[in-house]
Amino acid sequence: MNLRAVWAIYRVEMARAFRTVLQSIISPVISTSLYFVVFGSAIGSRINEIDGIAYGAFIVPGLMMLSLLTQSISNASFAIYFPKFVGSIYELLSAPVSYLEIIIAYVGGAATKSIMLGLIILATAALFVPLRIEHPFWMIAFLVLTAVTFSLFGFIIGIWAKTFEQLQLVPLLIVTPLTFLGGSFYSIHMLPGIWKTITLFNPVVYLISGFRWSFYGKADVSVGVSLGMTLVFLAICIAIVAWIFKTGYRLRN
Amino acid sequence: MSSIISISGVTKTYATGFKALKEINLDIERGEIFALLGPNGAGKTTLISIVCGIVNRSSGSVTVDGHDISRDYRAARSLIGLVPQELTIDAFETVSATVNYSRGLFGKPPNKDFVEKVLRDLSLWEKKDSKAITLSGGMKRRLMIAKALSHEPRVLFLDEPTAGVDVELRQDMWAMVRRLREDGVTIILTTHYIEEAEAMADRVGVINKGEIILVEGKAELMRKLGRKQMRLELRAPLAALPESLSRYALELSGDGNQLTYTYDNQSDRPGVASLIRDLETAGVQFRDLDTKNSSLEEIFVSLLRQEP
Repeated sequence: MNLRAVWAIYRVEMARAFRTVLQSIISPVISTSLYFVVFGSAIGSRINEIDGIAYGAFIVPGLMMLSLLTQSISNASFAIYFPKFVGSIYELLSAPVSYLEIIIAYVGGAATKSIMLGLIILATAALFVPLRIEHPFWMIAFLVLTAVTFSLFGFIIGIWAKTFEQLQLVPLLIVTPLTFLGGSFYSIHMLPGIWKTITLFNPVVYLISGFRWSFYGKADVSVGVSLGMTLVFLAICIAIVAWIFKTGYRLRN
Repeated sequence: MSSIISISGVTKTYATGFKALKEINLDIERGEIFALLGPNGAGKTTLISIVCGIVNRSSGSVTVDGHDISRDYRAARSLIGLVPQELTIDAFETVSATVNYSRGLFGKPPNKDFVEKVLRDLSLWEKKDSKAITLSGGMKRRLMIAKALSHEPRVLFLDEPTAGVDVELRQDMWAMVRRLREDGVTIILTTHYIEEAEAMADRVGVINKGEIILVEGKAELMRKLGRKQMRLELRAPLAALPESLSRYALELSGDGNQLTYTYDNQSDRPGVASLIRDLETAGVQFRDLDTKNSSLEEIFVSLLRQEP
């Protein structure tokens, strides 16, 4: 194992986050605050409790997931797309590093950043609403699992993308809508009949439901199913990455 | 000593069906400077990319110091430093961070003194805290070299090292290459500037349309394929060549003021002396003469012309 290489890549990825501190840390804090002002205070004051949880507190896990998904994807996809775009990927490909080491470094870097971000949002949220976390172990487990899974997903997008437009396409057209429709701001029990069923095909529902359960002990779907779905998605991403590395898809001609 | 790089039966067909390399066999000797010459699109960069692990070959095998580049890629790649043609650097990193990153990527422990030496040798030390984006083109090129040297490679690939580089940097680069060779580093450079190969290389390989058409020591190549030319400035213009001189391969310039005699400089009897005697007899007087060896460039051009 070329641990020095893993560390070198990881450090560069982390350095980039701190170099762009405004974009990577301050902006999510501001947008989270805005969500709380709009949804938590303005609208939330007119909504009764959901599942016995005050609306402002109810949306916290969903908001964290929202940022976790989008940031994991954009961090990881950009991290691998950018060297491809400018051509500096030659160095990575000519270095004595295995694909596994490349993955650990890039996905590790992206996941670390989005986990830090999730925790920052949690801290910001704590300033607005009273929070409680009933299952801290599972909270961290869902946080890490989701960050890793979607960083892997972002890595795949970054390798697949040939243009900046494609890089934005999947997050914008698929992930953001799925997240908004995944119960970030409501319980799926509040949806009318048919939509409730349709929603169950949205994988993000399971992530948010499980994550919310770790906070308040209440879930839309059972926690076991949430965990299972997360692991399934992780397995799919690992399988795709394994295939990419086996074939050299869009990395090595 | 055995060769440090051994390429045997390597072919490359891209997904588009383009055959970039047709069965390449090539051995690079330890410690030499090898120039790979060829026109644009001949397959130089593809060949280098295969040895360095950037492009997958379609068939054949490559070993670097005995290590197979697929089975034993870690050992093989650790020995190689690559300076690609394009200037591709993370623009927002500082010079020293960039070089330290490269060293780490190749699994080498941090070594401040070594990195400082590399940066000083390349006149980059003053810029070590500058971001790459602020460097001039020549400085960026130096930084690319510093990255390639950061992990103390035993083999250095320079892909078109002096393309678009000013004279001063070119001289510096050549001096650096010679220094590296003194330290025992094997250097492979691709170029389509023939003067570069002429100035630097121990051996020359010519590649065209994905095939190595010749590998030869530079001196032998120039001797073997080199021609010599003698040019005579005449006192008075000649309307036509005198009959008595017809047995020489002479060329009369359009204005009749210059005669050019091309001959094989390996021949024992190049005929220079007899030509001069015969000129005298024919009453052709000249006021000046010079001779020159054909350059590698002329040899190169004539080689490519012979290719079907």
